[in-house]
Amino acid sequence: MSILDDTAVELSEKIKKGEIKVREAVEAVFAVIDQKEALLNCYVTLEKEKALKRAEEVQAGIDAGELTGPLAGVPFAIKDNLCTEGTLTTCSSKILENFVPTYSAEAVINLEKAGAVIIGKTNMDEFAMGSTTETSYYGVTRNPRNTDHVPGGSSGGSAAAVAAGECFAALGSDTGGSIRQPASYCGVVGMKPTYGTVSRYGLIAYGSSLDQIGPLTKDVRDLATVLETIASYDAKDSTSMKRDTDFTSALVEDVAGMRIGIPRDYFGEGLDPEVKQAVLSAAEVLKAKGAVVEEFDLSLVEYAIPTYYTIAAAEASSNLERFDGVKYGYRTKGVEDLHAMYKKTRSEGFGPEVKRRIMLGSFVLSSGYYDAYYLKALRVKALIKKAFDDAFSKYDMILGPVAPTTAPKLGESLSDPLKMYLGDIYTISVNLAGLPALSVPCGVDQKGLPIGVQLIGDCFQEKKLIRAAYTYECAVKGD
Amino acid sequence: MANIIDDATIEYVGILAKLSLSEEEKEQAKKDMGSMLDYIDKLNELDTAGTEPMSHIFPVQNVFREDVVTNGDDSEKMLKNAPEEKDNMFVVPKTVE
Repeated sequence: MSILDDTAVELSEKIKKGEIKVREAVEAVFAVIDQKEALLNCYVTLEKEKALKRAEEVQAGIDAGELTGPLAGVPFAIKDNLCTEGTLTTCSSKILENFVPTYSAEAVINLEKAGAVIIGKTNMDEFAMGSTTETSYYGVTRNPRNTDHVPGGSSGGSAAAVAAGECFAALGSDTGGSIRQPASYCGVVGMKPTYGTVSRYGLIAYGSSLDQIGPLTKDVRDLATVLETIASYDAKDSTSMKRDTDFTSALVEDVAGMRIGIPRDYFGEGLDPEVKQAVLSAAEVLKAKGAVVEEFDLSLVEYAIPTYYTIAAAEASSNLERFDGVKYGYRTKGVEDLHAMYKKTRSEGFGPEVKRRIMLGSFVLSSGYYDAYYLKALRVKALIKKAFDDAFSKYDMILGPVAPTTAPKLGESLSDPLKMYLGDIYTISVNLAGLPALSVPCGVDQKGLPIGVQLIGDCFQEKKLIRAAYTYECAVKGD
Repeated sequence: MANIIDDATIEYVGILAKLSLSEEEKEQAKKDMGSMLDYIDKLNELDTAGTEPMSHIFPVQNVFREDVVTNGDDSEKMLKNAPEEKDNMFVVPKTVE
């Protein structure tokens, strides 16, 4: 058995016992990368030399008894919208093609303090706008489970890298499903925590009220461990929350009496029958373990996407104003007027999907339309939050699909943006309501493409989700 | 399509968004924005008269702190990312005659 079959936590245990060196783990990952990366394109930037140097430092820390945590020595991949000091951070956009941050994101710093070794920056949809990783300026990423298909997005590079063994675990970000959906498509575990759990300091903002950083991992234990490591209160993020972060304490095989609600409105028209069956089978497994499972009507589901795209586009249009060709990144050539330079730089630097959302966002925030569109969306957001509050007065968690289908083929999604947006129907309301949700693999379709089941919890109830996902994982592993 | 985006609106939004679109991009943007707004109009099916707009999901207040410098002078490192710099300053095209 190769060390590549180990989870992140298992690998770190072997390293701490002296069975293998950090350097060997890093080399093993780069051997996989050498073999697969030309086809898969999980990474925008690989830092082999830095990683090998860092491996020696971490090894010394472990040998000296200073690094004793569960992730010490583990090779990690980081989504390319998280700043990494001294390492190119592009957001998969041309406009940041040469941006080298002078500081690291708080989540990255937390990982490094725990002894993780960062090996590279993963591909994504440009500025996290997309559901397939096809809007990247640096080429598409392929799904390791079937390379004719997309890995999902926007954290597609992170999900694919974990699935392919091109790292042991990864960080992603989730604004409307961007961790959970690629995790589902690639057959790995992924979680979007409660808003405010992981500091957004150093995350290049897309929709600030919706963005949250989270882990993509091989199993639920890794997921809880990475989340526990990256979660922290941070004064540098004014939306950061002081809360419990002992997520690994929830790795308990017990769901007896847990109340699980299945929203009927998540199983209607548009849901692929194979996905439906796999997700409902997962519910049966939890029921057999003692959970109380019942159906209910969540309501307002069809309003989540128009609400989301209004709010996300509005916030994006504001957040992306900073890319103006002055302080960093791409600047156009041969323009002698400042305003013309801004406009030309941005027009050349952003791709079509980013421009589409900036245009829509600028429109819904413009005078005369602000009330009708932007404030209306914020009012509907309050109603959606209320619908979830009602659900969580009856249930410990909600169980449903992550996406209506398995991973589409490359090239099938971008021609019709609205259709692509509809694929986010089950993930997007979670971000609007600030809730935690995870995706855990629950089967494959006839083509062998992975299917994920989504567990959604009330705010700060990650531990319930982890307990249920862990119980599920243990149950199906035994089969 | 219920929402017709005219040339003047696209020009105006282009100014707000600081984007200069080609004729082809403008035509596409008119179409895309129109169909997105048609879709967003679905929200009008809901009566939200008594509902306050929710910008933040938690009842949090503004976060204040003392305005003290905690980081060092990174200007040299930061300027390395600038497309053009001179004498420890960002250089931009001429703004006044």
